[in-house]
Amino acid sequence: MTTMETPTPVATAPKPAFKLDWVRLAPLLYTIGLFVIWEIGVRLSGLPHTILPTPTRVFEAIAQYWSPIWKNSVQTLYTTVLGFMIAVVAGLGIGLFIGWSKTIYAGLYPIMVGFNAIPKVALVPILVIWFGIGTVPAVMTAFLISFFPIVVNVATGLATIEPETEDVLRALGAKKMDIMLKVGIPRSMPYFFGSLKVAITLAFVGSVVSETVASNSGLGNMMASAQSNFNVPLVFAGLLMLAVEGIAMYAVMAWIERRMTGWAHRSTMGN
Amino acid sequence: MASPLVSIENVDMRYGGPDGTLAVSGLNLKINRGEFVAVVGPSGCGKSTLMKLTTGLHIPQNGAVIVANSQVTKPVSIVGMAFQNPTMLPWRTTLENILLPLEIVERHRRRLRSHKAEYVAKAEKLLETVGLKGFGDKFPWQLSGGMQQRANLCRALIHEPELLMLDEPFGALDAFTREELWCVIRDLHASQDVTIVLVTHDLRESVFLADKVVVMSARPGRVIAEHEVPFERPRQLDLLYEPVFNEMVQRLHGEIATARAAV
Repeated sequence: MTTMETPTPVATAPKPAFKLDWVRLAPLLYTIGLFVIWEIGVRLSGLPHTILPTPTRVFEAIAQYWSPIWKNSVQTLYTTVLGFMIAVVAGLGIGLFIGWSKTIYAGLYPIMVGFNAIPKVALVPILVIWFGIGTVPAVMTAFLISFFPIVVNVATGLATIEPETEDVLRALGAKKMDIMLKVGIPRSMPYFFGSLKVAITLAFVGSVVSETVASNSGLGNMMASAQSNFNVPLVFAGLLMLAVEGIAMYAVMAWIERRMTGWAHRSTMGN
Repeated sequence: MASPLVSIENVDMRYGGPDGTLAVSGLNLKINRGEFVAVVGPSGCGKSTLMKLTTGLHIPQNGAVIVANSQVTKPVSIVGMAFQNPTMLPWRTTLENILLPLEIVERHRRRLRSHKAEYVAKAEKLLETVGLKGFGDKFPWQLSGGMQQRANLCRALIHEPELLMLDEPFGALDAFTREELWCVIRDLHASQDVTIVLVTHDLRESVFLADKVVVMSARPGRVIAEHEVPFERPRQLDLLYEPVFNEMVQRLHGEIATARAAV
């Protein structure tokens, strides 16, 4: 400790001037930077609004069309979150079911992978035949696209219980149910909450794809009709709203993850 | 009283079907009540198989494993186990980790809720015995490797097992911590009515702690020699530096070297 006493106390004197926390500010600064580069790039190249509008023109469009943008944003958020919530319930249930036994895991896993490989946009027409156009196919598409990562993560958490832990408990007479309740399910929770971040962004992809193809409302539908009217600034306004909603929901999921499974960030799961 | 607590008679254990590897063959071993037995041998000699057979996690294809006068056909709940990896559950505090076996073992799980205070007091007493007094409400990741292993021992002992099976519990620890824990185990064995089987690679550890050192052959494993350890109890760490101690360690070392060469 004595070696720490350096002969330059000046350097350790507290700086009165307030210090900027660059790491905290970075997300904001970089976002502003992106818009500035975009703005300058479009102005210098002289691209027309119908090809690539400037950010200022996009913001103008947001202000101009605020009422329909707001209505459609809420609609998209609603279908996305509803589909996502169904995915959470179903994903958790199916994940626990698959992770329960090695046989079920081996049998269902390839089916799940195959199902996930199908482009969900190809399913929209089928959903339209079954449910008609509108909210239901959008919710279903959001659900179908986002439940896979949840299933895989929950099942992985269950399937990777340390063999020693299992031995210790089985030697005490633990049943499969005991091991799942005491170890498997709590252990898979960090995987589950981690997967929610991936799932919510995918849910937006699903709902917007479905709205674009088969709906009369939502941001996907709004952008599709704006595009047919060559109203490119409105298309970009829709994209911007989607980005904002996506970031907001991602942040909510990250917050939930930290709240629910803080222990997983302070310990290493592998040990 | 005369019958041994554990009796392994002519056991063959093969993994992975009829053509799989033969882990142990013609294994015979008797462990008396209250005894401290150390099992040593070249790596892959089936020491871990021996543990799994005794605890009923594996049922042998041939021969019989008899624990507490009855043949083992399913996991026996009178054992506590501890491995090299402490496997503490990170979402539970140390105390909750130690109480885990009580939530599993039949005769305790029904009483746990109504007698919680009694069990917690018992766990805290165990923590004190291993030198972890006051650490019960810490999470495992807040403890060092040696402390986690101490907590692991508490978890193995909380349900008052008749038989404690230790599989290289000190393998991952530094030399000083290991010696400290040898003394912890030594004192636990002296103060509690428990039979201990310690599987280890460390010959000094086996001679310092055990009443009887069992040497196993290379795969397929069987017992090739049993040595009574003649040193008086209680043993102090000074014993490690006495010539008679080192002579015995050297003799064991020679036997295992021969067993390895025989492959």
